[in-house]
Amino acid sequence: MKNLLKKKTTRTDFLTYLGVIVVFVIMFALQQGDMLKNSTQGMLVPVCCFVVMAVSLNLTVGILGELSLGHAGFMSVGAFSGIIAAMSLEQTIPSDLARLIIAIVVGAICAAIAGFIVGVPVLRLQGDYLAIVTLAFGEIIKELINCLIVGYDENGLHVMFNLSGKLSVENLNMTENGVAIIKGAQGAVGVDKLATFPMGFVLVMLCLVIVLNLVRSRTGRAILSIRDNRIAAESVGINVTKYRLMAFVISAAMAGSAGALFGLNYSTLSSTRFDFNTSILVLVYVVLGGLGNIWGSIIAAVVLYVLPEALREFNDYRMLAYAVVLILVMLATNNERFKAAPSRVIPKRRKGAAVNG
Amino acid sequence: MKKKSVLAAAMAGAMCMGLLAGCGGKGGDTADGNTFKIGTIGPLTGDNAIYGNAVANGAQIAVDEINALGGDIQLSLKAEDDVAAADTAVNAYNTLKDWGMQVLVGPTTSGSSIAVASEANADRMFMLTPSGSSADITEGKDNVFQVCFTDPNQGTAAADYISTNMPDSKIAIIYQNDIDYSQGIRNTFAAEAEEKGLEIVSEGTFTADTATDFSVQLTAAQAAGADLLFLPIYYQEASVILNQAKTMGFAPTVFGVDGMDGILTLPGFDTSLAEGVMLLTPFSADAEDEKTQNFVSEYQDRFGEIPNQFAADAYDAVYIVYEGLKAAGCTADMSYEDICEALVGQITTMSFDGLTGADMTWEATGEVSKAPMAVVIKDGAYVLP
Repeated sequence: MKNLLKKKTTRTDFLTYLGVIVVFVIMFALQQGDMLKNSTQGMLVPVCCFVVMAVSLNLTVGILGELSLGHAGFMSVGAFSGIIAAMSLEQTIPSDLARLIIAIVVGAICAAIAGFIVGVPVLRLQGDYLAIVTLAFGEIIKELINCLIVGYDENGLHVMFNLSGKLSVENLNMTENGVAIIKGAQGAVGVDKLATFPMGFVLVMLCLVIVLNLVRSRTGRAILSIRDNRIAAESVGINVTKYRLMAFVISAAMAGSAGALFGLNYSTLSSTRFDFNTSILVLVYVVLGGLGNIWGSIIAAVVLYVLPEALREFNDYRMLAYAVVLILVMLATNNERFKAAPSRVIPKRRKGAAVNG
Repeated sequence: MKKKSVLAAAMAGAMCMGLLAGCGGKGGDTADGNTFKIGTIGPLTGDNAIYGNAVANGAQIAVDEINALGGDIQLSLKAEDDVAAADTAVNAYNTLKDWGMQVLVGPTTSGSSIAVASEANADRMFMLTPSGSSADITEGKDNVFQVCFTDPNQGTAAADYISTNMPDSKIAIIYQNDIDYSQGIRNTFAAEAEEKGLEIVSEGTFTADTATDFSVQLTAAQAAGADLLFLPIYYQEASVILNQAKTMGFAPTVFGVDGMDGILTLPGFDTSLAEGVMLLTPFSADAEDEKTQNFVSEYQDRFGEIPNQFAADAYDAVYIVYEGLKAAGCTADMSYEDICEALVGQITTMSFDGLTGADMTWEATGEVSKAPMAVVIKDGAYVLP
């Protein structure tokens, strides 16, 4: 064990796990003790969802090195398929926890399938072209779900595509006991709120284990080598398409599971929630946390999700203040002169910084 | 490297501080003296800011008027931004609860209202949405009420009005099929029209992305011989349709619903195009009763624009809460659960006269019942037909 921890990457990984566990234990204890503000309590689950989103996008953008602008599309697929699963199993499986787990698994599988379908043609492209196609994918998913009408009754699921725009839930011809799950443009309404904070924590840990182990494995090294030099990787016999697709699909599946958890945290969800802006927001988490840096993504996702809420004091200037903070963080982490500023003020630290930095 | 981790630790620390700042503060401050805390939620920034700000402004005027009366009941109002997103609205609701909100007058938009309504129902917080019009907001929640008409009611009311006053019209509908508001009204309108034997000769749809050119839909309507154009849509798109219809020389009677309200104040719009347009609206800023006149002039003085129906709905909502609190004998030191029980009992038995309708009453289901008002635009103003 001691030898194991001597390796720097392993130490970082274990510290990441430890950090997440410690924060969870503290927050969970406070939640159980009723000592959290309502606003903090309300943010626990969405924060977990966006942490998973950031970690999964980091796999595509940071580790695989491909710019994806449609990550919210996978979240959307996961969210709506998860909601359909959870709501249609309401009679069959009374346990909330079991339905939540099933919903997350279904969400992950559906998003993985979507990721595979998109990935096969798309991963032949590189750089900007890949970014454009993933962007289009996100928009297509949004429009498709806008047309989707789904209901459930004792005869099973009723699914309909409202392409003409003239259909409504009544056209599903459900029996009296039928429940409308997705109502076209309005999205899902009347969703059972099954999501819990411990489940969010489990999901975060699961994603961390998957991503960190993947990266440190033989497969991960192959993926990293494709990022660093595709031609060199091909020349040593690495199947580029296979590894790229693998990373892309895993990333999509994790986004889908995050979507399912997110969808089941609110009583209503519309497909416009997962628009281009959401994809960019997650990308901002990843870039700010550092490409390929998993614990950085976690911290960035938490801070940047909480920040707009914490800045409510500023009223109308809230988003302005948010932007200023973003710029400052970018400068603080990336600008050498900016970083050196404190050491100029405090000369003593300069030496230490020079040695360690 | 060391520096980076110091920075990260500082960030993490700051984050924890932020999260823990409210330790022990659950439930927020208790209300002081006789001031009730009323919260409202709406898109104060972003694409739909016009609606959220109208609601916040209208509610503020009502609160100030009530406080100026100097009665036993004093109100303080706090508006929180939700950028018209359901999950942000839930965050805003939780923030207001931390502040110590006792009654919620909001949210402004339907999606946010549905999400917050289920939280309010679980918490037993009384909720009265001024302008959330979806029927899903109140469904199955006994403590959630609406001030505005629901979407289905508007479609039915419009079809009823047409069948009474213009029964022989050949109707064409153009609606936006990617928003629930327009789709919902169209569905109930079509159902009621069939019931009443009205003839719908053409239907055209558009989405937010195709809302700049309506020549296809208008040509189809014209070719089908329509003489009445039903537009269950918002006024920006309606203004484009009116303009294009005129260019084509197509002059049907245009009939709109409350989304058409605001067309006369749209910047750069030639109001002569809207001449003869009929619409169902609960509120007309040109109405001549004293209450409306006072409200409109006060709103113009303070915010420099003519109030729309969102502002009027919010103004009414605050007064409804005020009347309810007064009649139920609530005091400001009561918990929100107790106030909720008192108001739920009160609102279903009382009747209220406001800017957006006389003799409003509420069923236990939460839907308002009030008479819809049809107006026609004449010389750039609403008049009764």
